[in-house]
Amino acid sequence: MDAMATGEGRREGVRDRSRVCKSKEAEIKRINKELANIRSKFKGDKALDGYSKKKYVCKLLFIFLLGHDIDFGHMEAVNLLSSNKYTEKQIGYLFISVLVNSNSELIRLINNAIKNDLASRNPTFMCLALHCIANVGSREMGEAFAADIPRILVAGDSMDSVKQSAALCLLRLYKASPDLVPMGEWTARVVHLLNDQHMGVVTAAVSLITCLCKKNPDDFKTCVSLAVSRLSRIVSSASTDLQDYTYYFVPAPWLSVKLLRLLQCYPPPEDAAVKGRLVECLETVLNKAQEPPKSKKVQHSNAKNAILFETISLIIHYDSEPNLLVRACNQLGQFLQHRETNLRYLALESMCTLASSEFSHEAVKTHIDTVINALKTERDVSVRQRAADLLYAMCDRSNAKQIVSEMLRYLETADYAIREEIVLKVAILAEKYAVDYSWYVDTILNLIRIAGDYVSEEVWYRVLQIVTNRDDVQGYAAKTVFEALQAPACHENMVKVGGYILGEFGNLIAGDPRSSPPVQFSLLHSKFHLCSVATRALLLSTYIKFINLFPETKATIQGVLRAGSQLRNADVELQQRAVEYLTLSSVASTDVLATVLEEMPPFPERESSILAKLKRKKGPGAGSALDDSRRDPSSHDINGGVEPTPSTVSTPSPSADLLGLRAAPPPAAPPAPSGAGNLLVDVFSDSPAAQPGLGPSPEEAFLSELEPPAPESPMALLADPAPAADAGPEDIGPPIPEADELLNKFVCRNNGVLFENQLLQIGVKSEFRQNLGRMYLFYGNKTSVQFQNFSPTVLAVQTKRVASQVDGGAQVQQVLNIECLRDFLTPPLLSVRFRYGGAPQSLTLKLPVTINKFFQPTEMAAQDFFQRWKQLSLPQQEAQKIFKANHPMDAEVTKAKLLGFGSALLDNVDPNPENFVGAGIIQTKALQVGCLLRLEPNAQAQMYRLTLRTSKEPVSRHLCELLAQQF
Amino acid sequence: MSWGRRDGIRFILIQNRAGKTRLAKWYMQFDDDEKQKLIEEVHAVVTVRDAKHTNFVEFRNFKIIYRRYAGLYFCICVDVNDNNLAYLEAIHNFVEVLNEYFHNVCELDLVFNFYKVYTVVDEMFLAGEIRETSQTKVLKQLLMLQSLE
Repeated sequence: MDAMATGEGRREGVRDRSRVCKSKEAEIKRINKELANIRSKFKGDKALDGYSKKKYVCKLLFIFLLGHDIDFGHMEAVNLLSSNKYTEKQIGYLFISVLVNSNSELIRLINNAIKNDLASRNPTFMCLALHCIANVGSREMGEAFAADIPRILVAGDSMDSVKQSAALCLLRLYKASPDLVPMGEWTARVVHLLNDQHMGVVTAAVSLITCLCKKNPDDFKTCVSLAVSRLSRIVSSASTDLQDYTYYFVPAPWLSVKLLRLLQCYPPPEDAAVKGRLVECLETVLNKAQEPPKSKKVQHSNAKNAILFETISLIIHYDSEPNLLVRACNQLGQFLQHRETNLRYLALESMCTLASSEFSHEAVKTHIDTVINALKTERDVSVRQRAADLLYAMCDRSNAKQIVSEMLRYLETADYAIREEIVLKVAILAEKYAVDYSWYVDTILNLIRIAGDYVSEEVWYRVLQIVTNRDDVQGYAAKTVFEALQAPACHENMVKVGGYILGEFGNLIAGDPRSSPPVQFSLLHSKFHLCSVATRALLLSTYIKFINLFPETKATIQGVLRAGSQLRNADVELQQRAVEYLTLSSVASTDVLATVLEEMPPFPERESSILAKLKRKKGPGAGSALDDSRRDPSSHDINGGVEPTPSTVSTPSPSADLLGLRAAPPPAAPPAPSGAGNLLVDVFSDSPAAQPGLGPSPEEAFLSELEPPAPESPMALLADPAPAADAGPEDIGPPIPEADELLNKFVCRNNGVLFENQLLQIGVKSEFRQNLGRMYLFYGNKTSVQFQNFSPTVLAVQTKRVASQVDGGAQVQQVLNIECLRDFLTPPLLSVRFRYGGAPQSLTLKLPVTINKFFQPTEMAAQDFFQRWKQLSLPQQEAQKIFKANHPMDAEVTKAKLLGFGSALLDNVDPNPENFVGAGIIQTKALQVGCLLRLEPNAQAQMYRLTLRTSKEPVSRHLCELLAQQF
Repeated sequence: MSWGRRDGIRFILIQNRAGKTRLAKWYMQFDDDEKQKLIEEVHAVVTVRDAKHTNFVEFRNFKIIYRRYAGLYFCICVDVNDNNLAYLEAIHNFVEVLNEYFHNVCELDLVFNFYKVYTVVDEMFLAGEIRETSQTKVLKQLLMLQSLE
């Protein structure tokens, strides 16, 4: 391996090595020997000359690239940077770029060497230094050089190659730390690089401008006309004009693509001349696509089509030239049947965005048969997937039935990887374009039949919501599920849907002796034993509803409930249901039973949760159309429309409102963790909040403190800047946009699902007493893959570490002990970080701890109340809000919310019995804050007036704001 | 789950069919474990595809544009919105430069002259962007640098 450093010698040396080193062990042995040799050379008394130093550093690099760890040689590499020989310098820089080490001592030396090379006026050395900065891109380097590089970039005497490197180096620094790159007078000169003689400089500069203009569009808007004229010169040049920059007879394809992408950062040019010139360019590109190829090589057509596809992207981006849009669509239509798979794929992909333009939607639809054919015959699954996307995008009322039935047919043979997505798409299309809802019901049941495993909760919840809300389809739905359940093996999701629908609407088909109540019951019960706990729990609810709907089944069902397998079921949830339902059916009068088990009221209309799910599934990788909707706040509705409605407010899970027990009175206060005796239990026991009895052991307890705010910043909850052990405040990102909305769900309750996405579910259980609280956080891994480096941190709270790995499907628990030191306005932040499949995930939420959690209810007589009310009559002690009701105005629900909020409810205080009056004391360590509140509903106007009086002004205001969000 | 939604190259990989990496150029910060994982995932995703398949494959929230030359896969990971064909031809352009520079390049050239390959990459791609596309200009520069050795 001695001969490894240069040219032929190296080749011989390593050939020898690879011949000798047959086994892994032998290789390691050989390498260790070599490392020892290099180490001794570096440590030796004799100073090494530049050549030897380079040789050994190069060997170290080679060994590193073979996959072995290198823990020395950094100093020698840094020494090479100051050599005057190109080869030595190059190896030094390469070592630094590949093995960056954040050793601060070395960084200083490296930066020094870079500084010297940047000042050297030697273009080769300058480029090496610039490439090193661009490759490392660290913040330290940004701090050291961000100011110098713009100067080098626009200096009149910089060589072209230096300008190219400087432009992209600056781009890298800007991407890494935009704050370090101040805009200045150089920006105008950068824009003028678009006119540069040297096409390579233009190529690099366009990338830089495209990046910079996204954040500062106005500073760079002159680039539009310059880009158009540059593009126009390229597009209209003959295939050989640009010499070095012509690639397989296509003039400057990459530069053209970059210019077209830059233009997509801006709206169509306002200047008519510029616009005219641009439209001419776009037409020229479309025309050229029809010309016979100048070469048969695939390189030629690829380069040409790269420009064509980018041109079409720009046309779609403008979405204002119907003529161009239709031409683009026709061009893509030709590609749909091209023999090149790449082109078919790209045409499907591009057409998908065309389908959303009103100008080209109809033109896209004419290709439906070709696309359906692609779905059936393409060999590459990714092409089929694009075909499915396009069918989805081109679907409207006129072709929905055809497209849905083709997708259903495809589903039977579809690759597992894309089944779930197809299921979601079919479910959405079926709902969106349903003319008659029996078709919709058939479609969803078909989905469950064909691909039951891929039908997610969102899909079957949705069909239940729709059936519940439309009485014209309820009888049909009951009949259809009844028939579907006849199949000897039917999917569990079918049992769930069937159980729910028959429990609600089984009476609509009970007249037919073939589906009489006993038949319905025995059909459902025949599936019972094969189902999961969640489904069995749902079926038990169906049974109790049957007792109400069909009194003749009461004895049979009570027998089932009474059976030891239910009453003594090892699963707490099932056991509890069996016990409660049995008791309910025996002690309650038929009237009570009928009230408790009344038919579900219609669900509030809201965006389909399936749509939200599809958007999530698509992730940030989705096309621009989906991108837009990602900005739509409604898509942040992570549970798919489970914001607390009156029927769900005191239940812990989104699924609970499907149970049909809404008429049961909500509990007076959020239940103790075990929730014993409470009918409003979660149907699906996978929610962490429903897990009973997970008490902390003493050693898990630790103290977290809500520090008093610093006087000058009353908003700051955390005056003590001492950060948690491993996460300083700067490590915690801003809370996710929906953090406030999520927080609001917990103002009046203590348990529930705090957050959920496709990876992770975070459940919360908490109890508060006086100024102390204890909170259990449950982190559930919803995937089948282990999360790594899992670290949830609460800002400025010493959190005990939880296991850093969370297995797929597993759940870990974290306990927080909370002490409220004094009143506060901002909740603590909870930051969760982990790795999923190698990608780092991070998430910041607001911990559901609001000041009202420390309420102690206070009972008092009317006269005491009025006396105190008067005592708190200073204007700043009162906060008042008049607001519109966001939810149905139901007195019982309001009462439950106020109790959940924490204050006592005082009867017979307000002369108007419609009004609510409450009192309580907020307990903090430092002080107690007495609070009085009054809520006056006005049913006619659908408005409320809420008045808070407390001894502390910010508290009044804050409580008023918190509470006003709840109605 | 994102590495930022921007244009440009996240990494370039050259691997042989057995999964040995012949070049790895990263344009984002990854730790070593993650690099290793990405290398393995890319290999798994790309090698199962046959010639009739597209040269593009979705990869996490990104896409890999790749082309196979003899036993070597040249892979570029870019944003989903990036131009597929432009990067596909950027790979070919790069390979033609290597071929010219090493006079009929073979896998071993990349192994033994790894430091030169890095230089070629930096001439043609920098900071995740295409820096220079003219083969003539790149080769001229490479010969100039060679003369300094």
